[in-house]
Amino acid sequence: MNLPGRTDPASGTARGGILDRQGVLAKLLIAPAVLYIAAMIGAPFVLAVLYSLSDATTGDPGLRLVGLQNFRAALADPVFRLSLRNTFVFTLLSQTIVIVLSRMLATALLKPFRGKGLVRFLVLLPWTAPISLGTIGWLWMFDSIFSPIDWILRYAGLLGAKDSLLGFQTNLYWLGVPGLSMASVILVQVWRILPLATVIQLAGLSSIPKDLIEAAEVDGASPWRRTLMITIPLTLPIISIAFLFGVVFTFTDLVVVYVLTRGGPVHMTQVLSSWTFFKGIEGGDLAQGAAISLFMFPVLAAVAVFILRTARRTEVV
Amino acid sequence: MANLGRIARRGGLYSVLGAFAFFGAFPFYWMVIAAFKRDHDLFSPMNNPFLFNEPPTLDHLRTLFFETHFTAYLVNTLLVGLAVVAITLATAVPAAYALARWAKGWGETLGIGLFLTYLVPPTILFIPLSRFASFFGLQESLWSLILVYPTFTIPFCTWLLMGFFKTIPKDIEEQAMIDGLSRFGAMAKVVLPLAISGILTVVVFAFTLSMHEFIYALTFISVSVKKTVSIGVPTELVRGDVFQWGPLMAGALIASLPVAVVYTFFLDRFVAGFTMGAVK
Repeated sequence: MNLPGRTDPASGTARGGILDRQGVLAKLLIAPAVLYIAAMIGAPFVLAVLYSLSDATTGDPGLRLVGLQNFRAALADPVFRLSLRNTFVFTLLSQTIVIVLSRMLATALLKPFRGKGLVRFLVLLPWTAPISLGTIGWLWMFDSIFSPIDWILRYAGLLGAKDSLLGFQTNLYWLGVPGLSMASVILVQVWRILPLATVIQLAGLSSIPKDLIEAAEVDGASPWRRTLMITIPLTLPIISIAFLFGVVFTFTDLVVVYVLTRGGPVHMTQVLSSWTFFKGIEGGDLAQGAAISLFMFPVLAAVAVFILRTARRTEVV
Repeated sequence: MANLGRIARRGGLYSVLGAFAFFGAFPFYWMVIAAFKRDHDLFSPMNNPFLFNEPPTLDHLRTLFFETHFTAYLVNTLLVGLAVVAITLATAVPAAYALARWAKGWGETLGIGLFLTYLVPPTILFIPLSRFASFFGLQESLWSLILVYPTFTIPFCTWLLMGFFKTIPKDIEEQAMIDGLSRFGAMAKVVLPLAISGILTVVVFAFTLSMHEFIYALTFISVSVKKTVSIGVPTELVRGDVFQWGPLMAGALIASLPVAVVYTFFLDRFVAGFTMGAVK
């Protein structure tokens, strides 16, 4: 390869010249990545915006602009409104639970104990194994007849007899009942994001200077007070980073919903991302699909601003 | 007294850890049971579902490997993964090096720009990209996945590698250049060998992220033999409306465990990479 600087034996005297060529070299090295991103993220993003303003379908993908009609149609559609609400419920509930649980788990993992490697492997499994395959395990656990959860409830006498607490029917139908199906997809999303949040919190907790805690101990601060006054304020930026990334991954993802319920029963677990897929790809309505997916963008932009600000603050700390 | 308190605290710690480990791993235990259980045993609601009431069987594995396209899914996943690793290395290594060494002004802006691409998720891009795929005649082709997956591996791996390159002191390259290597030679012959653990991390992540990917594969590929494991197993091991639970669980388990083991060793670096050093 005939790159700039190749023939030039670096010497202290030709400094300006070298810096000049370094600029060229830098651009050459960065160009492939930037061009790739521009072509494969930038261009499709622009196309998504154009589609959302057109009446394109899979059968007739030509671009005829029709203004904001698709956005108006989406807002008037009860399924869209339900998906929008579900997306927020799904994201906020699951991520709040994740933050609380990951804090507990990270605190426990910081302590010394035997078998740490194995415990670490087991608690990280939901994130390290491909999510669509892990969710398939849950699909079988939520089976309408063979669910082991139902089996335990029946065994404990809470389900399946005349005077049982949870009713006389033999099964709960986890994925077939409105409230319960939402609880199920939230549970699986918690299961899946928890390892990620835990690892982030672990990094945050272990970065607290030990002498600070010890000084507080010497001063007679109780464990509760130490947590409240030192650990939580110091790790707040990390907690928010864990929360925000959990939100990004949950808000835009459809795997759990797609594999478990396909948005059912009657759209009760439909979220924006799954609705985009069903409308835009399976239904072939590219314009509507693109418009629905773009409703996610303002939230993502806000999250991005928060992440960048938090990250900058952390660097100062 | 103090001793009792210590024992109670230990007990508390182990029960918390035990509960979390159970929560994380139970679905996989559930896969193991179903993968080796006879159908008759599996589909008797009165049988204890947690144990083998009848002797275990290898029937489901036989079905999985000889009567489904499971091996094709594995091969496809491997091919896509390797190609994505190659593209990612070829673009992310030089970009990360340049950004780490000359990140002033526009370099920093560019770095943040790369980071922001995480926030344009596949769920916004899959509709236009599906049109790209059909425009270039790549529908139902593994090439569509090979070309699209670097959209998430390149930004991520560039960030991760930037961190690695920043830890390598500039003096080493300057010394190499004084010894007669060119600027590019100093990078290729001196810095890259030092960053080998970072490059290995990138190989692992580009591969596992490709293997985990679901939405693009679901959108671009519908012919059974062309599918990757992450969509092949959930969508194809269904006969009519009936899930073939035994082979399904066997397939999910076999495809999950190896990648999970490797990934576990690298997870800390994953987090360091995508939180762009906010977490240290």
